Amino acid sequence: MSTHDLEQIFQERIDAEIKIEAKEWMPDAYRKTLIRQISQHAHSEIVGMLPEGNWITRAPSLRRKVALLAKVQDEAGHGLYLYSAAETLGAERDDLIEQLLTGKAKYSSIFNYPTVSWADIGAIGWLVDGAAIMNQVMLTRTSYGPYARAMVRICKEESFHQRQGYEIMLALSNGTEAQKNMAQDALNRWWWPSLMMFGPSDKESSHTEQSMRWKIKRKSNDELRQQFINQTVGQADFLGLTIPDPDLKWNEATGNYDFGAIDWEEFWNVVKGNGPCNKERIRASIKAHEDGAWVREAALAHAEKRSARAAQKTQVA
Amino acid sequence: MKKNWPLWEVFIRSKNGLSHKHVGSLHAADAEMAIENARDVYTRRNEGISIWVVESDHITASSPNQNDALFDPANDKVYRHPTFYNLPDEVKYI
Repeated sequence: MSTHDLEQIFQERIDAEIKIEAKEWMPDAYRKTLIRQISQHAHSEIVGMLPEGNWITRAPSLRRKVALLAKVQDEAGHGLYLYSAAETLGAERDDLIEQLLTGKAKYSSIFNYPTVSWADIGAIGWLVDGAAIMNQVMLTRTSYGPYARAMVRICKEESFHQRQGYEIMLALSNGTEAQKNMAQDALNRWWWPSLMMFGPSDKESSHTEQSMRWKIKRKSNDELRQQFINQTVGQADFLGLTIPDPDLKWNEATGNYDFGAIDWEEFWNVVKGNGPCNKERIRASIKAHEDGAWVREAALAHAEKRSARAAQKTQVA
Repeated sequence: MKKNWPLWEVFIRSKNGLSHKHVGSLHAADAEMAIENARDVYTRRNEGISIWVVESDHITASSPNQNDALFDPANDKVYRHPTFYNLPDEVKYI
């Protein structure tokens, strides 16, 4: 069968909502797109631990601390589900990690912003995880089976993340004047970067069209962004906080909130490595990887020695 | 030196009475570590009461290319299903 025929059969299966599984034939570009997307997603979970880890030792109570620890541990788990989904496509874990550490692979730009106050932990859970959930709920129906299954697990766990973030914001908003200001300040700084998480506008997004045809994505960046805004405005109102967008206004005709222009220059600047924390995040990731090298090597040496010893024993017996 | 820990497939029994079900994979230096990692990665919320790990290399899978040869023969054997047999409605408990 020619590649053209195979591609046609592949597309027919996608159109019929038949999931693609690991060993089945798929176009090279589908495989490449998935490896790129899933590994970037995994990297985002792993790098995402850094801004939040920054506050574990300074959480204001034991209750907040165990919650944050559990959340950060979940992010590590999510990274692992995703790396293993990428590996079903033939990617090697080492190569993926190397791409992250050398800057060849991207991760979500949102994690290049600093967490300067405790309220940032609230804002991240509420907004950043909220935006991530919106994207990930869509991805539970993605056409590649192992990716979809990883997303189902992740979505189940993420909802606690968003609720713990909102609860932090709620406590601060009902607190002293200083605490309320802290919450407002966090919203001011995280709002626009959270909207940027959905990626460039549909007109500018190079991958969207093909990804939609392959049902890797089922909603466009702009659709998801709008859905996120519609859903979040009421939550901000309930907190008594103001979303930092003077153009934000309910539009009766479209049934959506209109919103102001996004500063795409800032977005691309952060993507290109010039955000406030890009260098620090990569530096911390490299350090963690290098500091752990001896553990990985020792565990392997230990396992090899043990299996050699066991083999010897059976021989003697 | 690049050397990945081997890849293991993880199967979890969520409760007694149910089979172990494949949940994903992970890297570990040996079987013992694979069990410990599987506990941390796949059962953080009481998802399981029993874990199996199998090195991925030890699994032999049928090839999707052979699906026709393997599974087609069952397609035209409707007589293997109970609905193939016509019985009058009056007959009960069968």
